[in-house]
Amino acid sequence: MLYREVGEYKTSYAEDSQTFPIKFDRYRYFFVLLVGILFVPFVINDYWAGAVFLPFLIYAIASLGLNILTGYCGQVSLGTGGFMAVGAYAAYKLMTAFPDLNIFFVVIISGFVTAAVGTMFGLPSLRIKGFYLAVATLAAQFFLVWLFNKVGWFYNYSASGQITAPARSLGDFLITGPDATPAAQYLFCFLFVFILAWIARNLTRGKIGRSWMAIRDMDIAAEIIGVNPLIAKLSAFAISSFYVGVAGALFFTVYLGAVEVTEAFNIQKSFIVLFMIIIGGLGSIFGSFAGAAFMVLMPVVLKNLLVTQLGWATDIAAHFEFIIIGGLIVFFLIVEPHGLAQLWNLLKQKLRLWPFPY
Amino acid sequence: MIYKKTILSAIAVIFLVSPVFADLVFPSLSYRTGPYGPNGIPFADGYADYFTLMNERDGGIGGEKVRMIECETGYNTEKGVECYESTKGEGALLYQPLSTGITYQLIPKASADNIPVLSSGYGRTSAKNGKIFKWIFNFPGTYWDAASIATKHAIEMSGGSLDGKKVALVYHNSGYGKEPIRTLEELSKKHKFELMLLPVDHPGQEQKSQWLQIRRERPDYIFMWGWGVMNSVAIQEAANIRFPMENFIGVWWSGSENDVIPAGDAAHGYKSLAMHAPGDNFPVYDDMRKYVIDKGLGAGDGSNVGTVLYSRGMYAAILAVEGAKSAQAIHGVSKITPSMMRDGLEALDITEEKLASIGLAGFAPTFKATCENHGGTGSAAVQQWDAKKGTWSFITDYMTSDQSVIQPLIDADSAQFAAENNIKERCN
Repeated sequence: MLYREVGEYKTSYAEDSQTFPIKFDRYRYFFVLLVGILFVPFVINDYWAGAVFLPFLIYAIASLGLNILTGYCGQVSLGTGGFMAVGAYAAYKLMTAFPDLNIFFVVIISGFVTAAVGTMFGLPSLRIKGFYLAVATLAAQFFLVWLFNKVGWFYNYSASGQITAPARSLGDFLITGPDATPAAQYLFCFLFVFILAWIARNLTRGKIGRSWMAIRDMDIAAEIIGVNPLIAKLSAFAISSFYVGVAGALFFTVYLGAVEVTEAFNIQKSFIVLFMIIIGGLGSIFGSFAGAAFMVLMPVVLKNLLVTQLGWATDIAAHFEFIIIGGLIVFFLIVEPHGLAQLWNLLKQKLRLWPFPY
Repeated sequence: MIYKKTILSAIAVIFLVSPVFADLVFPSLSYRTGPYGPNGIPFADGYADYFTLMNERDGGIGGEKVRMIECETGYNTEKGVECYESTKGEGALLYQPLSTGITYQLIPKASADNIPVLSSGYGRTSAKNGKIFKWIFNFPGTYWDAASIATKHAIEMSGGSLDGKKVALVYHNSGYGKEPIRTLEELSKKHKFELMLLPVDHPGQEQKSQWLQIRRERPDYIFMWGWGVMNSVAIQEAANIRFPMENFIGVWWSGSENDVIPAGDAAHGYKSLAMHAPGDNFPVYDDMRKYVIDKGLGAGDGSNVGTVLYSRGMYAAILAVEGAKSAQAIHGVSKITPSMMRDGLEALDITEEKLASIGLAGFAPTFKATCENHGGTGSAAVQQWDAKKGTWSFITDYMTSDQSVIQPLIDADSAQFAAENNIKERCN
C-alpha cells in the first residue's frame, strides 16, 4: 500500500537512477539516519555500546570491505583478520609515535596503510583464482598475525605483546580510552559507517563497480570488452583493504582498547566476516549490514534470552547458542541461498504488488 | 496490534537487565566452553561453591547474602567485554576474569568505573605496584615471582649455580605466556644461564617442532607457561623424548590433575609451582560437602572438589570474601560498595589464624596487602606429581622470589603505564 512506484513520476535520469527510487524507501532511510544520530546517542549506555552498537558498526565496515572484494569483484579472501590487524597496529603505531595526531586521521591513515598492504597481497590474484587465491590470502592471514606477534617494534616492546590504545579526543570529546562516553564512541563509528557505506554504494554503481562485477561474472569476457583486470582486481583489493583496515583500527582503538593479535585477529575473525557477507548477501550493501547485525546480535539476544530470562546454566546456553546460530545459518541458506538481502528484496517485490499479488 | 505489542515487549524483555538487588554481587566471568573449558570448569565450580557455602552456612558475608552472576566468556576478550558491561550495572563488587587477556581489557575500564579487579597469579604483573594501579590487585603472587621461584628451584637442584646451564621456556604464545620472558632474561644475566624461548601457538595441540628443538638442544631445565590442552600435550611430548620429568617445571597454571593424568605414568615426577596446597585434607572441604555438594547445590557434579583448579577457584572466592569482610570492618556497614571493597582488599591481611578459622590452616602463604603493594609477598612452593598415587605433593616450603630483580622491572613497567595514561603516584 505504502511501498509502490505508483504515482511517482521521474522527470530526469538522476531521479530515475537514485539509490532509493521509491519514496517510502527514501523516507525510511532518512528515518534510520535520524534515529541513529538524534535518538540513539541520547539513550545509549556502556552495555548497549559495548555489546551491540560498536561491534555492529565496526563489523559492518569490515563486511562492506570484504563484500567489495568477494561479493562484487569475486576474489575470495580469507585474510580479513590479518588486514584488520594491520589497521589496528598501524593505528597503534601512529597514536604512540604522533600523540598530537587527530584520531580521525589516525583511523584514515591506518586505512591507507592497510590498503597498501592489501594491494601487495592482492598481486597473486592476477595469476590465480578461486580456491587457490583463498589459500594465498590465508597465507596473508597467518603471516600478518605471526609478524605482529613476533616483531617487538609493532607492540613497542611491551612485556606481554598487548597493545593498548591511549586516550585521544576529537574536539572536546574523548573517543578512545576508558573515560570516553559511549555516545561519543558510537557517533564516531556511525560517522565512519555512514561515509564508507555511502562511498561503497556509489562506487559499486559507477564505472569501477561495473568493472569489478564484470570481472566477477566472467573475467575473460570482461577483458575482451576492455576491462583492465590489473586495475579492476588491484583496486578492489586496495579499496576493500582500506575498509577492513578502518574497521580494524576502530575495533582496536574505540571498541576494545587493548588487543592481543593472536586472540583478536586470528583466523576466526576472517571466517566471521566471511559468514557475515554470505548470510547477508554477496554483492549487496544492505547485505553487509544485515549479515553484521545477524552475527553480532544473535549471540547477545540468545544469551539474554537463555541465561537472563530462562535462567539456564551459562555453559549449556553457550553450547545452545552455537547450535541455534548454526541451525539458523543453514536454514537461511536453504530457504534463500542469496542471503538476507535477497529475502529483503523479495519482501519488497511482494509489497509492491500487495494487496493484489499475481 | 496485540501481536505487535507482544513482539515489542518480548524484545524489551530480551535486552532488559534484571533489576538491582541489594545483595553483595560477585560476577564470575567463567569459561565452561571453548578450548580452555576443561580448566575453566573446576575453577568456576570452586568459585561458585564457596559463595554458596557462605550463603548456606554463614548466611552470607556479615549478614548480607552473596549473589554470584555467572557469565560465559569462552576465554574470548570480546565476550569478556560484553560480560563486564552487562554485569557491572548490577552493583558488581569485584571482577576475577581468570584470563590475562580479559584482565588487560578490564584494567583501564574497571579503573575508570571504580570497580576493583583481582587477578590472583595472572594478569598484568606490574599491577602489583599499588601506587599506580589503584583498582587492580594480583596477590598472592605474580608471573615474575613464579619465574624467579622456578629459577631458584633449578638452582637448588643443580647444587647452587646455574652457570653455563641451559633453560628452555615453553610458553603459550600470548600475553600470558610472554609475561615471564623479561624477568627470565634478567635472571639469565644474573645467574649466567642460557635461555631458550619456545613459543607454542593457541590452543597448543601442535608442539612437535618445539620438542624436536628441545631434543636437539638438550636444555638442562624446562619451564612451562601453558594453559588448557597445551599442558598435557607438552607433558606427553616431554615423556616421548624421555626428558627427565623432575627437571620440567610448570607455572601454577600448568599444575593441575587435568594436565598430568592424560600422560599417565609418563608424567610421574613432573613438577609445578603452587600458590596453595593440593589435596582436600582441610576441614573446609567437609563443610563444602555437607552444606553444598550433598544438598545438590554445587555448581558442578561434585567430582572436582579438592582438585587443584577447584581449590584455586575456591581460594579466589576466599580472597574476595575476606576482602569484603575487611571492607565491612573498615566502613562499619554490611552493604559495601565497589570502592569500599577496594579499601577492604587493600587492607587485606591473610594470617595463619585467619586461614585456620576458614578451615584451611597452612593452605596458602600469608601476606598483607598495602597501599604500595597489591601483589602480596610473592611466594610459592614446588609440588610434584606422583602418577602411582595420583596425587600432587609439596616438595619444598613456600619460597619467596628474588625481589632485587623483580622490583626494578615492576617499577619500570608501571612507570611506563603511568606515563602513557597520565596517572600520578598515590600513597605518598
